[in-house]
Amino acid sequence: MVLCLFTVCLACSSVLAAVYVVTKAPIDKAAAAKTTKAIALVVPDFDSDPEESAVSLNGQEMNYYTVRKNGEIAGYAIESTTSGFGGPLTLMVGVTPDGKVYNTSVLVCNETPGLGAKCLTDKAFINQFKNLDPAVEHLSVKKDGGDVDAITASTITSRAYTLAISNAVEAFKNIKGE
Amino acid sequence: MTMTKLQLITKGFIKDNPTFVLVLGMCPTLATTTSAINGMSMGLATLFVLVLSNMAISAVAPYVPDKVHIPAYIVIIATFVTVLQFLMQAYTPAMYETLGLFIPLIVVNCIVLGRAEAFANKHTVIESACDGLGIGLGFTLSLTLLGMVREILGTGSVFGWKFITGDGILAFVMAPGAFLCLGYLMVLFNKLAKKNK
Repeated sequence: MVLCLFTVCLACSSVLAAVYVVTKAPIDKAAAAKTTKAIALVVPDFDSDPEESAVSLNGQEMNYYTVRKNGEIAGYAIESTTSGFGGPLTLMVGVTPDGKVYNTSVLVCNETPGLGAKCLTDKAFINQFKNLDPAVEHLSVKKDGGDVDAITASTITSRAYTLAISNAVEAFKNIKGE
Repeated sequence: MTMTKLQLITKGFIKDNPTFVLVLGMCPTLATTTSAINGMSMGLATLFVLVLSNMAISAVAPYVPDKVHIPAYIVIIATFVTVLQFLMQAYTPAMYETLGLFIPLIVVNCIVLGRAEAFANKHTVIESACDGLGIGLGFTLSLTLLGMVREILGTGSVFGWKFITGDGILAFVMAPGAFLCLGYLMVLFNKLAKKNK
């Protein structure tokens, strides 16, 4: 009985070890490709490998990636997490060296399908953050006195999305200050 | 009663449909069928595990003492699920992300252990493979159908192709809609299953 379970476990773990070794490289590649894709989407054209570092904002560590074009900094892609309606909402926010938001993309989203999850597809909502100058436009939803048009019936998601961006802008100021 | 191999494969569609007639594996059924493509992927993932675990279990069943057969089966099933997880992470990362938690949960899907207990440990490897394929296809069919109905009603699209502008009846994408659709489809399939007898 003991021997039998032992054999089964041994065989299973060997299979797992083999599969793990075979798939490790493609998994890492897929994860790296995903990050690079998200970075490329939110910052202007660049030719360097993204440099990963972290900045703290109000005691929270935030990862960010610096990208360069011809040696000059082209922009920062900042990972920013806030609480949405259905759990954490993580954005990649691209900020150019002059402090403007270049573009945003969603990394983690657990929002309600058909309502909050529209933050992934609603062009009118997403595009209002393109080339946005936080010095001119007030980064909060109109209901709260800001300049952001919220997604209909998804104020909490819109708030979380907007907060993630304004946190990234604050983090950018810290990066600059360092 | 012995069934031909073809019967073993086709019985999962209506007569022994795991979702609507046997009513097994409800948790992934309700949670992953927000769209047709999600439902289909979940079904295919379960199919993969079901066929392999059925084959492996039918091969080792004669050597496993009765007292430890459940732990042994669970270890085998968990192994295949983890293999699937690695493969999906490596080659279909986007789909892996959508299904997320529900892939590891295939381990405790009662369909998989249920088939191992009810079928695989009493039959040959080939028969068990057919049974796994049949039940797996039945599960895939059910999840795709359920996902399709919910997607059509909920967002007005099929497999991501939108045929109305604006929104559908959003409730169908959420949990209450899952129960409603499941209930009506269950009625339909049970009617069909009765007719076939």
